[in-house]
Amino acid sequence: MYAQMVRSDAVRVRSLEEMDPRERAFQERIDDGQKIEPKDWMPEGYRRTLIRQISQHAHSEIVGQLPEGNWITRAPTLERKAILLAKVQDEAGHGLYLYCAAETLGISRDEMYDQLHTGRAKYSSIFNYPTLSWADIGCIGWLVDGAAIMNQVPLQRCSYGPYARAMVRICKEESFHQRQGYDILVTMCRKGNDQQRAMVQNALDRWWWPSLMMFGPPDADSVHSAQSMAWRIKQNSNDELRQKFVDETVPQAKYLGLVIPDPELAWNEERGAHDFGEPDWNEFLAVLNGNGPCNRERLGARQAAWADGAWYREGLMAHAHKRAAGVAAE
Amino acid sequence: MTGDWPLWEVFIRGQHGLSHRHVGSLHAPDAAMAINNARDVYTRRKEGVSIWVVRASDIAASAPGDKGPLFDPSNSKVYRHPTFYDVPEEAGNM
Repeated sequence: MYAQMVRSDAVRVRSLEEMDPRERAFQERIDDGQKIEPKDWMPEGYRRTLIRQISQHAHSEIVGQLPEGNWITRAPTLERKAILLAKVQDEAGHGLYLYCAAETLGISRDEMYDQLHTGRAKYSSIFNYPTLSWADIGCIGWLVDGAAIMNQVPLQRCSYGPYARAMVRICKEESFHQRQGYDILVTMCRKGNDQQRAMVQNALDRWWWPSLMMFGPPDADSVHSAQSMAWRIKQNSNDELRQKFVDETVPQAKYLGLVIPDPELAWNEERGAHDFGEPDWNEFLAVLNGNGPCNRERLGARQAAWADGAWYREGLMAHAHKRAAGVAAE
Repeated sequence: MTGDWPLWEVFIRGQHGLSHRHVGSLHAPDAAMAINNARDVYTRRKEGVSIWVVRASDIAASAPGDKGPLFDPSNSKVYRHPTFYDVPEEAGNM
């Protein structure tokens, strides 16, 4: 998931009877499946939770360009390079759709950038891991975009209209991302040599657990999750989505001839699902709090891009003002 | 800071013969750059044949609270729909 551990301001989820008439009418609209639009009245907690979630999601798309951007100049063929460029450009587009959706809730673009660049806003833990080989680019498409799709498909039905509509566009484009990643791995594993297969296995060993962490820690008892579900900002629990991800991924790994690095992974006939091990949640929290392998590098790259582009942004604005003044004078 | 790049709403005509449709918004210093950026952000997969951009601050919108006064009066005017009328079978298609 691109938005992990989003706080909701809630202490507990209140019943309809406890709400004032305005809030009750709002909750009833949500229960009825209606969309909430920017100018509609909404509880402050709903607004703040959405701003946190959408901006976190947007930051993840933007920072997510960095690990893959690392391989654009080193892609093995011109075709792979063109595909990777297109994918990274999509991630930028996804970030922009989402920033616009968040802005409809009353936060400015500059405020969001500032939160990211000063380290106050979070982005998905997954992008703080390094991309050491070309097989990592395959694994990111297959696993990271795969996990993102699992989370984003239900978000198309989110109660907030602008977020739901942005997700419709994103989901349409995301499926290309996952397939191009798997295609890289099919080429390496089924048509490649032993060295290439070892390279993919090594990449899977490093990306498997961080991918499972993308869904966030178990949240069955979390008040924030319960509140987000009542508001239909979130539709499934983290564990539900993680289970679905594992069940879909296992046969895909098998086709590639790869071993998933989890000794506890086994098919459970009774549940009709896979049992699997617990990710290291201490590692997850450390990465989320800024201490992953690449946190400083990622944030540094964003800060530098923003600072180095200032002259360009200001120059274009000055040109626009000058043109407007010139037109007015004529 | 973005140097207060204003917000633009973007409308795309998907195919010849259809009307422009709102697809989202973006920040740009002026109209020409807004169209350039809209091309990159909203039409990476041949989604359009034409782009309109309008400064968001130039759009006037009805308030959610006006929904009743604006749209309720048409509830009682069912006779505006063809299905309101029974056409005798003998008269054929109409």
